[in-house]
Amino acid sequence: MTIEVKNIVKKFGSFAALDNVDLKVGKGELLALLGPSGSGKTTLLRIIAGLDWPDAGEVTIDGEDALGHGASERHVGFVFQHYALFRHMTVFENVAFGLRVQPRAVRKDEATIRARVKELLDLVQLDWLANRYPSQLSGGQRQRIALARALAIEPRILLLDEPFGALDAKVRKELRQWLRSLHSEIHVTSIFVTHDQEEALEVANRVVVMDKGRIEQIGTPGDVYDNPATAFVHGFIGESIVLPVEVAGGSVRLGGQPLNITADGAAPGASKLFVRRHDMQIGPAGTGSLEGAVRHVRSFGPIQRAEIALSGGEGKTVIEIDAPRDRELQAGEIIGLQPRRYRIFAAQD
Amino acid sequence: MSTAVARRSSLPGFGLTMGLTLTWLSVIILIPLAGLFLKTLELSPIQFWEILTSRRTLNALKISFGLSFAAACVNLVMGTIIVWALVRYRFPGRRLFDAIVDIPFALPTAVAGVALTQLFAQKGWLGAPLAELGIKVAFTPIGIFIAMVFIGIPFVVRTVQPVLIDLDPEIEEAAASLGANRWHTVFRVIMPSLIPALLTGFALAFARAVGEYGSVIFIAGNLPNVSEIAPLLIVIRLSEFRYADATAIAVVMLLASFVIIFAVNRLQRWAQTRIPAH
Repeated sequence: MTIEVKNIVKKFGSFAALDNVDLKVGKGELLALLGPSGSGKTTLLRIIAGLDWPDAGEVTIDGEDALGHGASERHVGFVFQHYALFRHMTVFENVAFGLRVQPRAVRKDEATIRARVKELLDLVQLDWLANRYPSQLSGGQRQRIALARALAIEPRILLLDEPFGALDAKVRKELRQWLRSLHSEIHVTSIFVTHDQEEALEVANRVVVMDKGRIEQIGTPGDVYDNPATAFVHGFIGESIVLPVEVAGGSVRLGGQPLNITADGAAPGASKLFVRRHDMQIGPAGTGSLEGAVRHVRSFGPIQRAEIALSGGEGKTVIEIDAPRDRELQAGEIIGLQPRRYRIFAAQD
Repeated sequence: MSTAVARRSSLPGFGLTMGLTLTWLSVIILIPLAGLFLKTLELSPIQFWEILTSRRTLNALKISFGLSFAAACVNLVMGTIIVWALVRYRFPGRRLFDAIVDIPFALPTAVAGVALTQLFAQKGWLGAPLAELGIKVAFTPIGIFIAMVFIGIPFVVRTVQPVLIDLDPEIEEAAASLGANRWHTVFRVIMPSLIPALLTGFALAFARAVGEYGSVIFIAGNLPNVSEIAPLLIVIRLSEFRYADATAIAVVMLLASFVIIFAVNRLQRWAQTRIPAH
């Protein structure tokens, strides 16, 4: 089912949680809303669910106005960060809740409800916990039950608010893969909110990067990582080296020294040079447009991470780079550095 | 076994606090109660049985426990509604109403009794219109019931209030997103979560009403077999120097109260294990 959000504005006092947000979600998508805390991503999700109301704008689900209906009429599945399971009900009754509170006219008979709950518990692979209470379950199990409960009403769309935020790292990774395979199985249009870029890039088909109540970029995980649209996205997704530079007449200067890179059409003036850690080519001293002394090297797996104090520029600028281990760096060594891929954005402040 | 565990505990002071607890409970509660039981031993079992099964004693016990139960039930319902209004809505004077709930805790019960009697007497503000309808409150069992409702209400409100405040608003949002209307949300999600607290409040209000003396005797009229509560009968027996008779009634009240409170406690425990705090 499709979701369309138009010109949504939401203010809490003078703070604009959402500032003219537009978003279209296609049928069967698995979309991530990614951003730091306070970026408005959860507010947007809650507005789509009917748990919050915008000050202005439109929300349509399948072309039908949603803002005229409350959460209970929208037929939207919602999964909370802290599960929000009903503590006084068994797992079975939790999942059955949405079916039991349906209006009498459409409510299924007991046998159908039981069969449906059983089916959902099988889907989340927890049928053996049917008679337990939520307090007897682990965090990961609780979240899977919360998901089964949300799916019980056959929602038009599924919304997940930081679904793995309260879980430890290992369980989080497992559930991530599990959610993705579950989505390819049931294909319900889904939006999940996360502040964890790895989670967004790994699970979603499309990622919406948000900051300060605005959408910075919408794209596939590959897009937002490789072609960040703004300085914020470049800095937020993946690890970046950021250097303050000056663009003038097609050349790029760092602390007055020209760098051997092209301005790539960047506007003249104070700018920021963004380079991914692994996009910094290392060579002997004197090669490349930057030079620095290796201060510290840590090697793990296929890479070595080096802390490098750049020479030149004002004072000491220290950057961290990731290099392959084919040439082991030594602390104290002077090396040359050349950005292989880079982006230049105008400095905003 | 338990001392071994205590010795290994990293929390110091077990011996001291446990010793003080036992001493204190003994001096304040257990020894006086034991005295009560010892006093009844002056009676032969037959005498004891006759006192208990006398019409006046049975009626007094029936009035005390029956009306206390009724008052606790009313307090449970009204207390829950009051808690809901105080916690869920913001209205002018909310803090004032919140404070008013505590008045029955602090007011000397005799003052409450006199005030209620004045109010519900045949010429009182509420008594007069009720008398026109043919309902007599003061000096009847209804008066006892009203006094018991008055003194019991804060127990329900004060036990349920913090639990409702702590209730996670997300579970209501979850219920709504699953298609539940307000009715379903309140009666299938919120109320069941409050059950342990409701049971505790009920038990406390009930216990308080059974033990109430001061406010009741003013409004009750104290007619034997009609509006005479068991605590009053005990006082009457004492004033007649029939100490053993008094203690016999007291022992029965004590045992009955203990059984009821214990049962409610178990019920509450059972509910609590199903609905742990978090």
